[in-house]
Amino acid sequence: MENIRRVISVIVMNESSVLARVTALFAGRGYNIDSLTVAPIPQSNFSHITIVTKGDKRIIEQITKQLNKLVPVFKVMEHEEMIEKEMVMVKFSVKERLSDIAALCGAYNGGIVNVGPDIVIAMAADEPRRIEHFLEATQIFNPIEVVRGGVVAIER
Amino acid sequence: MKMNGSQMVCEAITREGVKVVFGYPGGAIMNVYDEIYKQDGFKHILNRHEQASVHAADGYARATGEVGVAMVTSGPGFTNAVTGLATAYMDSIPLVVISGQVPLSLIGTDGFQEIDAVGISRPCTKHNYLVRDINDLPRILKEAFYLARSGRPGPVLVDIPKDVTAEFGEFDYPDSVDMPTYKPSCKGNDRQIKKAAEAIINAKKPLIYIGGGTVLSNASELVRELAQMTQIPAVETLMARGVMGAGNPLLLGMLGMHGNYASNMAMSETDLIISLGARFDDRVTGKLSEFARYAQIIHVDIDPANIGKLVDVDYPIVGDIKIVVEKLIEQLQERVNPKNYESWRDVLKRYNTLHPQSFKDSDEVLKPQWVIERIGKLVGKEAIITSDVGQHQMWAAQHYPFDRARQWINSGGLGTMGFGFPAALGAKVGCPDKVVINITGDGSILMNMQELVTAAEYEIPVINVILNNHYLGMVRQWQTFFYDKRYSETDLSYQPNFKALAEACGGIGYDVTTKEEFDRVLLEAIERKKVCFINVAIDRLENVLPMVPAGGALYNMMLEHKD
Ligand SMILES: Cc1ncc(C[n+]2csc(CCOP(=O)(O)OP(=O)(O)O)c2C)c(N)n1
Repeated sequence: MENIRRVISVIVMNESSVLARVTALFAGRGYNIDSLTVAPIPQSNFSHITIVTKGDKRIIEQITKQLNKLVPVFKVMEHEEMIEKEMVMVKFSVKERLSDIAALCGAYNGGIVNVGPDIVIAMAADEPRRIEHFLEATQIFNPIEVVRGGVVAIER
Repeated sequence: MKMNGSQMVCEAITREGVKVVFGYPGGAIMNVYDEIYKQDGFKHILNRHEQASVHAADGYARATGEVGVAMVTSGPGFTNAVTGLATAYMDSIPLVVISGQVPLSLIGTDGFQEIDAVGISRPCTKHNYLVRDINDLPRILKEAFYLARSGRPGPVLVDIPKDVTAEFGEFDYPDSVDMPTYKPSCKGNDRQIKKAAEAIINAKKPLIYIGGGTVLSNASELVRELAQMTQIPAVETLMARGVMGAGNPLLLGMLGMHGNYASNMAMSETDLIISLGARFDDRVTGKLSEFARYAQIIHVDIDPANIGKLVDVDYPIVGDIKIVVEKLIEQLQERVNPKNYESWRDVLKRYNTLHPQSFKDSDEVLKPQWVIERIGKLVGKEAIITSDVGQHQMWAAQHYPFDRARQWINSGGLGTMGFGFPAALGAKVGCPDKVVINITGDGSILMNMQELVTAAEYEIPVINVILNNHYLGMVRQWQTFFYDKRYSETDLSYQPNFKALAEACGGIGYDVTTKEEFDRVLLEAIERKKVCFINVAIDRLENVLPMVPAGGALYNMMLEHKD
């Protein structure tokens, strides 16, 4: 069976060790985690975990079923029709061509967010695939450090 | 009502109707033990090892269908309990295990006897809790019992820091549980059930595949009824022995690695599997790509994750076996024609005559199969049989005439040597009127033999029949078949004096080498009502057959072994 990429949202009770339960499940059963983000859902006792994973059909089905089995898991959504975004921050030397960097970031919903004596920090927020393109494009400016935020998704 | 945490624990156990707790004290759980001393809601049995406490609670649960409870201290007490948790988890046995933990202020400091119990037990419990606030304790205890017994049952760990067991709080024990994130579905989808019934009516070679879930769901009567009314043949997994009842003409026997010829062939040729609480374990299916190639599959299971995990399913039904089978029977009533499966039954009958479950008896040496059949003749229905892990377990599963569910207790999923004796203690405590016999090996019995002392002290008359081949027999068998007889570390020629060992601990010991002796000794052991070892010298090199080599196709059985 062919490997597919899937974005899965997991709504969990906001309690201690719930994230450990989720990640331990992936580790223990040998499932992939490409990225994982988590934050509380406002005005509720729940948190929203977004996981990007890979696997064949049977594995993806097992992942959602096994997640559902965890007691503090409220809901699992395997996204089909979704908007997904990822954020990334990149550090450059101030000696690079700053206006070109700013223009590049602009094309990916970002910009320069901090300028210091030696370095500038830029960001972009876009679809994960476009973030890859963005990072490729930044190569000519000799990025010093890259921090990706992981994917968040919302069903359309 | 105001109580401290320890009183809450005792009170909750009492209110849940638990009559006996198995455990072992230590620093972090001492407050609770102090309350145990003062209360009389339940009895406490002091095993001589925490692993045995959990297995005993497990055996109690399997024999009675109630939740078993064990109690241990932090650190080593807890880690000793882990094998017990994992054993119960793999077989979906309802347990609540209470463990002590270092005080909250010490958690994370590598305090004396601190270990991350919740972290370690996460993959081998249905759920677990670290209680951080006395106000949560009543709810957590209630949830623990509810989780253990509802849906797909399983062990639940409640880890309680020592200061929480001393702290006072309001004991408001909830009557019911409301967990927004936990709602097992039990009823089964009616449309799917209808479709499944249709498939059964149209099948030519249907087969009922019975798993341990049927036992857990107390559905054996209904499953028998389903088979009876449709005249569809049935196979049982290791965990389901007893569901159909020995001598039931529709029962082919056990299937899988050591299943009999007719069962495995039936599975290989069936056109419709009706799977009831079974999970297509690798010890059952053999090589997956060759498994039941002609079959459509109806899969009934309370755990949706079991469905479609290993094989593609045509009729998935998530629900409690009892409820679903009841509905299936309703759907099939007066519509199913047992005659339709007659030629299929004939084929299977022929397979059974061709290669029945049998063995070659001997006059020179005791054969383990003879011993097991003999126990069956002498005590049969009246006994509860537990076992350890190895050849003796398989011989017991193959040859004992199990008559009802919960009569056969063994560690199927984890395969835990050392399970049998403590599980037998728990079963005997839960069912004092039954004769309880642990069928074990000379390897396995040593893994929890300290329970001789427990059994002697509390006068729990469990009979251990040691099928002694002076080998780690099952491993030796694989070495014979697949490793050119290189018997690496499996020769147990160096033996303890089992008779003296039993006697040293306050039990009775017997050495048996002949059939006559065995009969006499077993009857005497039952009569004397004392824990005992019956050390039976058996044919050293006897093998468990038939055998499907690991990873082989189910229909390729070794029926005999020639040197
Ligand atoms: C705790 C544990 N350790 C190791 C094993 C692997 N194992 C499976 S069967 C077996 C041999 C059991 O020997 P014995 O109890 O004498 O039974 P026999 O097979 O001879 O009947 C071993 C070592 C196991 N199942 N459990």
